Amino acid sequence: MMARCLARFLVSLLALAICNAASVSHPISDSHRSAALDVFVPLDGSYKSLEEAYEALKSLEILGIDKKSDLSSGTCENVVKVLASPSSALKDVFYALSVNGILKCKTGEDGPKDIVSKLQAGAKDAKLLLDFYYSIRGLVLVKEQFSGTDLTLGNAEAIFRSVKALSQSDGRWRYSSNNAESSTFAAGLAFETLAGVISLAPSEIDQSLIQTVKTGILKLFDSIQKYDDGTFYFDGSEGPISTTASVIRGLTSFAASESTGLNLPGDKIVGLAKFFLGVGIPGDAKDFFNQIDALACLEDNRFSVPLILSLPSTVISLTKKEPLKVKVSTVLGSKAPALSVKLAKALNSKGSSVINNQELKFDADSATYFLDSFPKNFDVGKYTFVFEILLDESANEKGYITEAQTKVPIAATGAIGIENAEIAVLDSDVGSIESQKKLDLTKDGVVSLSANHLQKLRLSFQLTTPLGLVFKPHQAFLKLKHESQVEHIFLVKTSGKKAELVLDFLGLVEKLYYLSGKYEIQLTIGDASMENSLLSNIGHIELDLPERPEKAPLPPLHPTDPYSRYGPKAEISHIFRVPEKLPAKQLSLIFLGLIVLPFIAFLIGLTRLGVNIKSFPSSVGAATSALLFHGGIGAVLLLYVLFWLKLDLFTTLKALSLLGVFLLFVGHRTLSNLAAASNKLKSA
Amino acid sequence: MVKSTSKDAQDLFRSLHSAYSATPTNLKIIDMYVVFAVFTALIQVAYMALVGSFPFNSFLSGVLSCVGTAVLAVCLRIQVNKENKEFKCKTIVTNLGGIVAMFVIAV
Repeated sequence: MMARCLARFLVSLLALAICNAASVSHPISDSHRSAALDVFVPLDGSYKSLEEAYEALKSLEILGIDKKSDLSSGTCENVVKVLASPSSALKDVFYALSVNGILKCKTGEDGPKDIVSKLQAGAKDAKLLLDFYYSIRGLVLVKEQFSGTDLTLGNAEAIFRSVKALSQSDGRWRYSSNNAESSTFAAGLAFETLAGVISLAPSEIDQSLIQTVKTGILKLFDSIQKYDDGTFYFDGSEGPISTTASVIRGLTSFAASESTGLNLPGDKIVGLAKFFLGVGIPGDAKDFFNQIDALACLEDNRFSVPLILSLPSTVISLTKKEPLKVKVSTVLGSKAPALSVKLAKALNSKGSSVINNQELKFDADSATYFLDSFPKNFDVGKYTFVFEILLDESANEKGYITEAQTKVPIAATGAIGIENAEIAVLDSDVGSIESQKKLDLTKDGVVSLSANHLQKLRLSFQLTTPLGLVFKPHQAFLKLKHESQVEHIFLVKTSGKKAELVLDFLGLVEKLYYLSGKYEIQLTIGDASMENSLLSNIGHIELDLPERPEKAPLPPLHPTDPYSRYGPKAEISHIFRVPEKLPAKQLSLIFLGLIVLPFIAFLIGLTRLGVNIKSFPSSVGAATSALLFHGGIGAVLLLYVLFWLKLDLFTTLKALSLLGVFLLFVGHRTLSNLAAASNKLKSA
Repeated sequence: MVKSTSKDAQDLFRSLHSAYSATPTNLKIIDMYVVFAVFTALIQVAYMALVGSFPFNSFLSGVLSCVGTAVLAVCLRIQVNKENKEFKCKTIVTNLGGIVAMFVIAV
């Protein structure tokens, strides 16, 4: 019972370990930079739009790749054209200014004034969030790039209020006051716009307005989503990467102005940084730009800069005795401030800690921390190392933030000892050994055995870890291969102290397809923690099996190519329902004409009979009701035609019921008029 | 004998024809309408016999609507015919207008 309780406790601990999933994030590295060259540099040297050009150039600038000389000529032409033309849209002007900020094209002296007046007019007349965003951010860019121009936003507070009016109580923002659709992406745009308004305002904006925006930001953080490994992100209809990047851009620009005093929870900042690093290398240009831009905003912001702990290699080899290296850097890979890294715990697969509170040494040349001494009881297997970072006093001024604890999965490998390997042929009932050979599994052996179907084959060996404990390998297979290339694979199970396999040929004759002859014996032992995994040909065994009876299955044919099963399979030809044969079109049209004939004959007959409409009433009241009656009947017929052509039964029935009621009234009135008229005739 | 039968047939025809012309115009209109509906149904049946009954629903709806309207017209004729005193049905309305109204709604 104790064992069962212990087992249950271990299972729950293992489940807990899985829930707090460990993962390693890596900061932006050179593989990112080379991928960026593929994604962002167009083949023909020009970009499809200014928005694409801005995203590509900004990403290349952040990553430190200088391609400006190649790309600037075509893009600069475009920029100058857009800025000079008076009819450019606000969005184009904004992206042209952004690109200009990176490439610094020569736009001429009189450019700024027109642009400024256009943007100011845009800001004043704007109703949609995007218009506000382009005009305000455009003015901020003009202020940065053309230092001579003097521009202030006269009605800054009014603009602030009108942008603020688009916010919602759950922290998200709407794109316009008419559309009720709201999104987190729009919230990011709104924060950037408000930051721009604050920076352009001639005097301080009222603190109460800024306070309401800050409460909105905290409300927005309530909708943040998280993964189990401590990664945080915002989700929205534009996708998690775009939405989260937009929010981060907005928050960093909002916090950049002194008057706001924004403070964000540190663990969420680290979580957001880990989210972007966890994306890896995106293939899409927009995702790449959003990732790099968001990380650049996080790298250099006023509230707290996240630091990432990463390991170049998560494998400790007990034979090579190399130290375990740990790097701490900012998200873009720049140097971290002075700090110390401590290994708080090293949890093995059973959940107990074998190393506690070990401080890592620092190597200034390579800027890495390393752990070079492992305790005597550090065995091979899987571990979870828990690292903690302690910042030095001087670093606290800038406001760096790290994860409380970083959990990293580590694999320790070593050389596994193989002992007491032997193979024997046993007589089935008695269990006495007919022949037994000791094996040296490191060399290919030339063991030669023979057995008949009444005997058994036994293989056993012992595996020990460097510390002398019993080792259970992940893979241990014995393969018997016949001369005709037919193979059989058996698993070697480990129980107690040793691994053993007993093949009882009496039960296996059918599996072996009754093939007698020489079988090659091959043993495979492998594991992730085993550095000396082996595949060794032990030797041969001559098997004497009885004759195959009639009904036994045949051995599979010798495959010409072992990889042919991965080739393309036979094509499936689908049988579709054969459409019904329709008659020829002309035939159908002829019969359509024939159908109309009786109707024409009917009309002709009516005229021949001298049908008249003399009783049609002439007085106004009666005439209208009669007309309405006939009109109603005509409407019903029209409804039938429409039903045939396009309406469905329900709308038709609804319309029919309405028309029917209408017809009842009108028809009754017509008939009563007729009856009154005929009565008058009779009496007169 | 053959001659006499053909002459009888001709005589029969002529007498029917003259009797028929005596019927009032109203009834003749209704008769023509019935003939028109039946002819339309027959043409549809001939078409179906020719090309097969693939959209059987269409065939059924066409033929049965023609037959149905013919039946309703016959019913109207019965009720309207002045010589049909014994067939005067115990309907809710007994005047001409009511009968016509019933016919229209039924169609």
